[in-house]
Amino acid sequence: MASVTFDHVTKQFQDSVAVNDLTMEIADNEFLVLVGPSGCGKSTTLRMLAGLDTITSGRILIGDRVVNNVQPKDRDIAMVFQSYALYPHMSVEENMAFGLSLRKTPKDEIAQRVKEAAQILGIEPLLRRKPRQLSGGQRQRVALGRAIVRHPAVFLFDEPLSNLDAKLRVQTRAEISKLHQRLATTFIYVTHDQTEAMTMASRIAVLNLGVLQQLGTPQEVYEKPVNMFVAGFIGSPAINFFNGKLFQTGELIYLETDYFRLQVPPEKHLPLMPYLDKPVVLGIRPEHIHDPQFRPSETETTLITAKVDVTELMGNEVFLHLLANDKTFLARVDPRTSARPGQEVQVAIDLSKMFVFDAETEEAIVH
Amino acid sequence: MATVYRPEPAVATEQRTPGHILKRILERLPLHLVLIGMILLWSLPTVALLISSFREPQAIASPGWWTSLEQGWHFTTSNYEQVLEARGMGRAFVNSLLITVPATILVLLFAAMAAYAVAWMDFPFRNALFLLMVALLVVPLQMTLIPVLRLYNQLAIDVTVPIIGGRLFGTSSYLGIWLAHAAYGMPFAIYLLRNFFGSLPRDLFESAYLDGASDTRVFFRIVLPLSMPALAALAIFQFLWVWNDLLVALILLGDPNLAPMTLRITNLVSSFGSQYQLLTAAAFISMVVPLIIFFALQRYFVQGILAGAVKG
Repeated sequence: MASVTFDHVTKQFQDSVAVNDLTMEIADNEFLVLVGPSGCGKSTTLRMLAGLDTITSGRILIGDRVVNNVQPKDRDIAMVFQSYALYPHMSVEENMAFGLSLRKTPKDEIAQRVKEAAQILGIEPLLRRKPRQLSGGQRQRVALGRAIVRHPAVFLFDEPLSNLDAKLRVQTRAEISKLHQRLATTFIYVTHDQTEAMTMASRIAVLNLGVLQQLGTPQEVYEKPVNMFVAGFIGSPAINFFNGKLFQTGELIYLETDYFRLQVPPEKHLPLMPYLDKPVVLGIRPEHIHDPQFRPSETETTLITAKVDVTELMGNEVFLHLLANDKTFLARVDPRTSARPGQEVQVAIDLSKMFVFDAETEEAIVH
Repeated sequence: MATVYRPEPAVATEQRTPGHILKRILERLPLHLVLIGMILLWSLPTVALLISSFREPQAIASPGWWTSLEQGWHFTTSNYEQVLEARGMGRAFVNSLLITVPATILVLLFAAMAAYAVAWMDFPFRNALFLLMVALLVVPLQMTLIPVLRLYNQLAIDVTVPIIGGRLFGTSSYLGIWLAHAAYGMPFAIYLLRNFFGSLPRDLFESAYLDGASDTRVFFRIVLPLSMPALAALAIFQFLWVWNDLLVALILLGDPNLAPMTLRITNLVSSFGSQYQLLTAAAFISMVVPLIIFFALQRYFVQGILAGAVKG
């Protein structure tokens, strides 16, 4: 058990910066998920912490100890790889015991720990098998087991679910969460899948182009994204963006896009004042665009007209792909909606949930 | 990877009527005929050698080894007895083993270590060093013989040592020929093994480092076990090469008591050129060991040639 600190960490490869001036603190027992598109530096961050990549500048601390020059094996960490990286010529039991036997752990203690981990993961019947005789899900469990037996201070996961099929991924996701509660150890988890990040993390770190965009709880990152990148990356289906402009008429502030005009609620006026007559970007999540018939009561909405392009019934909801002139956007509406492809419909935008971003810096002005 | 797990292929449910089976046999007949023909053609010389080596001395003068098959049982083991005892082939056989086995093990061990270093360890000029080693492949062995011989003569150590040959080092020593063979085999061995090691997944190494393994541990406990096919293929190559070598032994081994079978057979040819029956027996003795090695390791040999081509 230990906290982890990144202190102005930069990683430079020959001609590109993979991680740029990363500073963050991860508390003991936290489940931190590093998320971002491929090439954003999340794996490099994890590998620097593991000691598999060197640090160009800055410091990394595990607990109170600076580990910049500490060998991977002496950092008291265990890592689960995307490819599982099981030793193909060793049985499941040998795979799990390998690290312990290298550390000269007494034989009976190794047996004890392997048994314990196998019980937790439900892989006791597989202990004598070779990795090639296991399914993908079973291999993943063995990889987890190999990390568990070490009793490390920090667990690292590098996209561990990417090679599993969709159903198994959901199941394993829940199991990793349970494992975190049970082991009460620091987990640091890398993924490009925002769903994994949202469901498992106690805090999410969103990275893009080597720069930390936002660090916060899943709820914060979802409800108060600091910029357009975070707003666009977190949330599925993705948020809708509309380019627009703010202007004032008397007491009222309007946001006008090429397709419609919204009246901004008074409580959001203050931060928007400096942006009057300047280009801004409106962000609105699909679930905040309703069918007017079924909108939640007590929401302040504005009606806009759009043409239905495609409808996708998901069972508990319907995705409406809408067209306003040539601009497409998505709404998640009640499944009882009567909207059909080709129709002109009115949809209600929930103004209290709107985001406004600076069109130049892409930073959030209102969220 | 060494042994790739393949699930049972899903067999297309074919109708197994007699007509279909007949059709299949007819379709494959040309292929099988060609294969059988090639097997006969390629094994004929060896069979001829084997039969001739068991013929009686007077029969060898009559032409055609196949005639002995028609004349009933006239075979004898006297050729082998004579060659092994009187002509010193027994001693030469042991010498061949004494030269070949260590020369093979030396190459395997050091080439594997070097290949691991150039494949996975980080140090300056790594690629340049690897290129240099591979470039040595183009140096004709014959060009090195005179310099090496002169070197050995200068460095000769005249201390009598049992087992490894007359002297500790120089031209009357096995140590000298082991080192020479090892050096000649090294460039190809490093090249082959580096490519195989390089195809092992990086995650395995990193996982092992995190597990607390040093490079030495990774090498012995992960890399070597996973590289058995490549090592076996290399072992066959190197073993056959050294076992069949005449030139290096001829130049670098001055002491006739240390001579391997290839040298001894050459001497037999010049002194008993007309006594085919002795030559055939000697030749067959020299073939037995490579055959055993090949059949024992041939499963790996095929995998080893494909080394790195298919990722497990």
